[in-house]
Formats: sequence, structure tokens, C-alpha cells
Amino acid sequence: MAERTNTFHAVRLIQDECKGCVNCIKHCPTEAIRVRGGKAEILELRCIDCGECIRVCPNHAKTAVTDSMEMLKDFRVRIALPAPALYGQFEEKITPQDVLDGLIDIGFDDVFEVALAADLITVQVRRELEKSGVVRPLISSSCPAVVRLIQVRFPNLIDNIVPVVAPVRLAALLARKEAARRFKVAEDEVGIFFLSPCPAKVAAIREPVGFHSRATDGVIPISEVFGLLGKAIRRNRRSNRPRVRPRASPLGIGWARAGGENQAVALGRQISVDGVHNVIKVFEDIERGKLSNVDYVEALACVGGCVGGVLAVENPFIARRRIRMLTEPSPGEKSGNRQSPESMVDSLDDSLFRHEEPIQPRPAMALSDDMEEAIQRMERMEAILETLPGLDCGSCGAPTCQAMAEDIVRGLGVETDCVFVLRERLQELAQELGELSSKLPPAMKRSESHEQDELERMLGWSGRAPRK
Amino acid sequence: MHGPSPAKLLYHFHIVGQDFTIAGEVSSKIRRILQQIGASPDTIRRISVATYEAEMNVVIHADEADVTLEADAGIIRITIADHGPGIPDVEKAKQPGFSTASEEIREMGFGAGMGLPNILRCADDVSIDTVVGEGTRITMEFLNSPEA
Repeated sequence: MAERTNTFHAVRLIQDECKGCVNCIKHCPTEAIRVRGGKAEILELRCIDCGECIRVCPNHAKTAVTDSMEMLKDFRVRIALPAPALYGQFEEKITPQDVLDGLIDIGFDDVFEVALAADLITVQVRRELEKSGVVRPLISSSCPAVVRLIQVRFPNLIDNIVPVVAPVRLAALLARKEAARRFKVAEDEVGIFFLSPCPAKVAAIREPVGFHSRATDGVIPISEVFGLLGKAIRRNRRSNRPRVRPRASPLGIGWARAGGENQAVALGRQISVDGVHNVIKVFEDIERGKLSNVDYVEALACVGGCVGGVLAVENPFIARRRIRMLTEPSPGEKSGNRQSPESMVDSLDDSLFRHEEPIQPRPAMALSDDMEEAIQRMERMEAILETLPGLDCGSCGAPTCQAMAEDIVRGLGVETDCVFVLRERLQELAQELGELSSKLPPAMKRSESHEQDELERMLGWSGRAPRK
Repeated sequence: MHGPSPAKLLYHFHIVGQDFTIAGEVSSKIRRILQQIGASPDTIRRISVATYEAEMNVVIHADEADVTLEADAGIIRITIADHGPGIPDVEKAKQPGFSTASEEIREMGFGAGMGLPNILRCADDVSIDTVVGEGTRITMEFLNSPEA
């Protein structure tokens, strides 16, 4: 079987900063990191770009490959796609209107809110849930790390992924058409830039899963625009001249936090799970058929949802509160959008909401492509595992003793990579050395006293009374 | 009834009855093993469902059980032998919705009477040996197929 590999990964290592500690290997949800030669190595086949390692690295040696504001100059018309999480990054008095105006100030020609696309996706997800006889539970497609997690560790659940694209994809497609029309330029002269809280979105945009085409030109981390944008917003608030009309509904903005998508969809029996390790537990239950009475699972890799993304700046719990407050519309306030999301969806081509190709499984757990060989390796692995201490200390560079045993049968390590096995072997060796060192040739050996006596007796030496 | 060729992989697990906190652990371990030998997603799914149901049956009804997993490239066989009350009427227990679980257990969300029906639906072959007052042995067989 030729394994499909995603050649592009957003999460990378900064060699010089890595001290070779075990923090990242212990937290990786797909056991995709090993420490080799004092540096962490990412196993590309398994990495889902969730960014957990970026979060836990005490030396900031993990980073996400992204684009920068520099890239704006490559396009005639530049459109910003602010992630809903962006609204939660600033203090409470700063409104979505302020944020969007600020984006114009820092160099964009127009804005298309991903939260507006979320409003439309909400309608489509609801329609999927209304169809009878579909797989249950459906799983949200909005978190790209979760989609990759399913490919790698839960290929069985691919059919559970709701057949609707993630909001950022739809936003990019609509934004490009809108900008080409508005600015009277060709579509390829429009640069679409997603302002992202998350490295998985970078990977999903550069190498989309379920699409053969790329819709977004650049991904700029929220952390990169944060300072610039904050300054522009505060300057602009004094002039108080709105330039962009916010169109997203409060519920669309709510997608930035865990539970927000469910609040917007509000149909059937829903659960919301955040944090990649929690997602794994829920997925195991789905696979066992334990959650067949649930209709929809909003699954987000980051704790707190997208506001908890590693490329966001504000404390995720504070940001989550701000988003929640934005989700509760103040009395009398109307959405800036003239058209209802339902009628907008109906006016659009259905293909905009669909994946272009099936999401492929990317299983990366098998010990060999050949099952006979895998079974043989499995037997060997169990035998090796017996000899390991089971402390899961990570000193060998693998996250657990089991993972190390797997590496050994894959030919990626030896048993003495384990410090405890090594110590045991050294102890045996030292003991053997000790024993050997006392074994001098008889000609040199100083005998023990009873041996001396025996020797004297044999040689018939006299002058001493034999001992009793 | 079973083929003569001995399975290559052999694992033993233990399930403790009434312990709902660790219920599902054995099926998780089996799932990982199957992923490592490269069983197809569909095989893994069917085995996950069937083992989990069987595991829950033990947790709900029995004191303990020994689980054996045998696997080669052709077939995967899982045997779950418990010390429990036995099944008085196997045909009845095979019917969807039939359950002898206590009210208390049903309130916990278990005991819906889908255990055996789900096992029968997922496994390629099932045999049930049961003696009332002694225990039950369920043997499930699944045709193994490599990842598609």
C-alpha cells in the first residue's frame, strides 16, 4: 500500500532552540515526535498540525510556518479574512466594526468575515442534520486538526464528517468573486489572506484535504497582526468613520469558541468537545457505537475552541468570554446583513459548500504494510516491551515504552536506547568485569589463606603445625 | 468448528465486573493492536463495536472475565469467558431490546438490550456457550482484511 502523505506541515522545529527535552513527545496526540540526537523530530506521516507541541514547548522551539504581511504587496487587491477568534483578542469596548475598520488601516482593501461564512455553513449543517438516514453522529468539519486526526487515527469516522466545507474555505471562494466584481480586476489579481489563530489552518489551506484547489493565498497569524491592528484600531476610534459594514451575525462570531457552532446550529442532540485529547476519547466512543444517540459533534482540537489556538494572543479564557458577550446581541441591535443566511445560501451554487474529492484515510499506526510482517513485528514488539521498565519516561526519545518498542521493530532504535536497559547491561558487564579481573593467572595470584594452606600441605612444607 | 491453523498473535486480557470506570479499556487495547497489524478500518470498526458490547455485558452482569485475542492474517478471534449468571434463554437474548439489566443500570444508560444483537451484526461468526449459574463464553470471529 502506498501511504498517502501530506507533504506540507505547518508545525516545524527551530533546531537551535530545541534542548531535546521530552515535553513535546509526551503531549503529541498522535505520537508523532521523537527526540533524536538531542533534537525533536516530527514524523510527517502522523503529524496533524494541531500545535500542541508549540503550546507545551518551554523553549519555544516549535513554530508554525505562515505567511507575513509582506505578501500583501504581491497582489493588486488584498482581502482580509478575519477568523471569528480575532474579535476576541481586544478589550471589550472594541467592537467588530472597529476591528474590521482597523484591517483596512493596516493595508487591506476589503474584508470578508469568516463569521459570515459560518452563518451560511450553519444553514447547510442544519440541512444535513434534517436529512434522514444519514450517519450518526455527524462530526463538524470546521477544525482542520480534527479532520486530520480522523484521517490518521480514526479512518472509520471519515463518513461521519459532515459533508459541508469549513467556513474559511467558503469565505475565500466568496471573497474572491466579490472583490473581483467590486474592484473590477481579474480573480487572480485578488489576494485572499486568512488571519488565523491556528497552524492547522495553514496546512489545511496550503494542502487542502478534500479539495484539489487552493482557495486562500496567504495565512497570517493573528499574533503577527495583533500589535499593528491594535494600534490602528485605537487611532481610528477617534476618527470614528466606519469603512466596512460588518455582515456576520453574533452567532457566526460565536464559532470562535467551543460550543458556539452548536449554539448557532441548534438542532438535534449536540455535544461539544474541545481539547484534542478529549476529542480522541469521544471519537473512541463513537467508533464503538456508544454515541449513536447523538446527532452532531462539534469537535475542536484546542481547549476553548479557536480562541485557544496557538497563534492567538489573548488568554483563551478571556477571549472566550468576550466572544460569548458578542454572541448575545444587545436589545434593538440589528445584524448588518440585509439578507438572511438562508436566502444567501439558496442564491449560491451548492458546489461551493461541498468538498471536491473524498477525504482519504491516512492510517499511520500499522507496523508494516504487509500484515504477515506486521504480525511478526507485533510479536517481537511484545517481547521487547517485556524487557522495558514501563515508566514511560521518554528518555529514549519516544513518548512511551510501547512507542519505543514499536520504533525498535520498525528499525528505528535499539533496546539500549532505554537508559534502564543500558544500566542493567552495564551492571552485568561490570559484574562480569569484576569477576574476570579477579581471575589472575596462578603464577601472579595471591592465594586465599585456605588455598595457601592446601598448597603448603601439598608441597610438604614443614615447620608449621597443621591446623585443626 | 474453528479452523485448525493456530492464530499467530495471542493476547490475554481481564475484565472486572461492575467497574464502569474502566469499562471499554479492553476494547481500546484491542483496537490499538488491530491498527498496528494493519487491519482494515471496517474490520476495526466491527471489532470495536462487538468487543465493547461484550465487555459491557461482562461489566453489567458478571464478576469477571478472561478475554483472549487471537489473530493471524486470515482471521481474528476474540473469546470472552466470564464467571457470571449465564444466559437462561439465548434466543431471547439475541432479540433487540431484550434485557435483564437492573433498573439501576438502565438509569446509567446501559442495558438497552442491544448487546448480543450488535455482536451478531458485527461479527462474521459467533458462538455462545452458556451455563446458568456458572458463566458464559462468547467466541467471535472476524475475517481479517488488510487496509483497503
